[in-house]
Amino acid sequence: MSLPDGIVAVVKHDCPTCELVVPALAQIRESGSPLTIYTQDDPDFPAGMAVVDDTNLDISFHNDIETVPTLIRVADGVEVERTVGWSRDGWRSVSGVSDIGAELPEMRPGCGSLSVDPAIANELRVRFSSVPLQARRVDLATLEDPIEAAFDRGWSDGLPVVPPTEARVLNMLDGTSRNPGDFVCDVPPDLAPLTVEHVAINAVMAGCKPEYMPVLLAAVEAACSDEFNMHGLLATTYFSGPIIIVNGPIAKAIGMNSGGNAFGQGNRANATIGRALQLIVRNVGGGRPGQVDMSMQGSPGKVGFCFAENTDDSPFEALATTRGLAEGVNAVTLFAGQGPSPIIDQLSRDPESLAKSFAGALKAAGHHKLVIGFDAMLAVGMEHGRIFAEAGWDKARLAAELDQLLLLDSDELIRGVGGITEGLPEAFAGSQLPKYRAGGMNIIHVGGPAGLFSSLLTGWVGGAKGSELVTKEITP
Amino acid sequence: MTVLLDPTMGTKTEAIETVARPTSISGLTIGLLDISKARGAEFLDQLETRLTAEGASIKRFTKPTFAKPAPVDLRHEIATSCDAVIEALAD
Repeated sequence: MSLPDGIVAVVKHDCPTCELVVPALAQIRESGSPLTIYTQDDPDFPAGMAVVDDTNLDISFHNDIETVPTLIRVADGVEVERTVGWSRDGWRSVSGVSDIGAELPEMRPGCGSLSVDPAIANELRVRFSSVPLQARRVDLATLEDPIEAAFDRGWSDGLPVVPPTEARVLNMLDGTSRNPGDFVCDVPPDLAPLTVEHVAINAVMAGCKPEYMPVLLAAVEAACSDEFNMHGLLATTYFSGPIIIVNGPIAKAIGMNSGGNAFGQGNRANATIGRALQLIVRNVGGGRPGQVDMSMQGSPGKVGFCFAENTDDSPFEALATTRGLAEGVNAVTLFAGQGPSPIIDQLSRDPESLAKSFAGALKAAGHHKLVIGFDAMLAVGMEHGRIFAEAGWDKARLAAELDQLLLLDSDELIRGVGGITEGLPEAFAGSQLPKYRAGGMNIIHVGGPAGLFSSLLTGWVGGAKGSELVTKEITP
Repeated sequence: MTVLLDPTMGTKTEAIETVARPTSISGLTIGLLDISKARGAEFLDQLETRLTAEGASIKRFTKPTFAKPAPVDLRHEIATSCDAVIEALAD
């Protein structure tokens, strides 16, 4: 919406400063300069002067009018100068009328433009948006509650969702530089093609803020990769779901929790990014409990499980660094698992003893007589982490120690041994077997300052036969 | 009036008609698909014995892993070489 050449004024009747400047506007008109007055709320204001009706706020919105009155000088279709409110110097400069408003006070602040009124800002955003949203519009009946409507249509994970209005979705799309129509990935199990727009719709429903979008987009791409195998993870009778671990400065920038209660409730980014991924699997991919999702008991993490790694006070390099990315890169790592399963050790003060405690918990994951099939994410707490730091153990050192401790005597694992039918076939007898496949045991650092605990996020079927860890850089 | 954006991609599921159930097994080629879960093969062995006794010829197939959908080539091979398929679930 370009402005006409000459002097342009934007006013509204419901603004004392606009009333104040009416004589000054008259002076500009008398000076012979072409003057166009746009009025936001009353086509008869200023009385007796030719005005252009901008009650639909088209001109105001597209010319970023934030204050009325605004006076603009336009030459050859280009804005040259602008002043807001009333200031004699400013108006003199823009209008070129040397004695403008001599009888008026020196200056007077203006009022808020109707085009930025919070009560209608979202409506205008939709009205004037140039972003083409493709999603099907669902008109609700006047008496229909939007939150109940989302339940009724099967869009919810069991908790209320934020109704995805056009205005909210447009705001969400501000969080990414990608275009709404850009293809993101095919979402299992239906392999439905997902666009950025539909990521934004589900992000709104989950309660995300726009600045979470880059993290969510990376998480969705990682989850829908062949290596991660979201289809199998969804379909399994086991407990696992996608766990999102965030590294890099973006975690703090969007307010994620890597400290106390990082696996728990109370942090919007942690709670809603994980939830948004699961809503996308449900709504776009068609993955619903009792249908393709055949989990026998499920796990609360399947509502959403997302947290940041605590790298500030960590004795270890960040998970994303171990996974091959440069230090300090923003990244998500997707792990198929569930948890946390607590590990208590309040007495160990040396790393050897503490590693043995960890190994005890790691051996028991799934079943203490079953090996190799699992992956695990060992989440070392801060107080435990300090013991390794003080002893000079880095992640590789701890991992090497655990590899040794988790090399198990297969004779103890054979079916029937210990009075337990479950176990390995007889053919495995007489050897040493690792509990975890090579590369299947991962170590991170998570949590708050108090508590001599760590925990275990246990995995699902690890590796090429099931789900592989996928790390993906977060881009805008 | 509130207008919401549909969070689904609006994809429609298409009903695919299944092949009519055979009235007799005799002379048919039956595929037995092992999904690679523990002891699934034992169940299929039993089935093979009984189906063979009833005059069917048997083709055995195995999914590389129970944790992923059967590869498309395997599905195609079963569809083009068998009259019917039995997929063994374990646990």
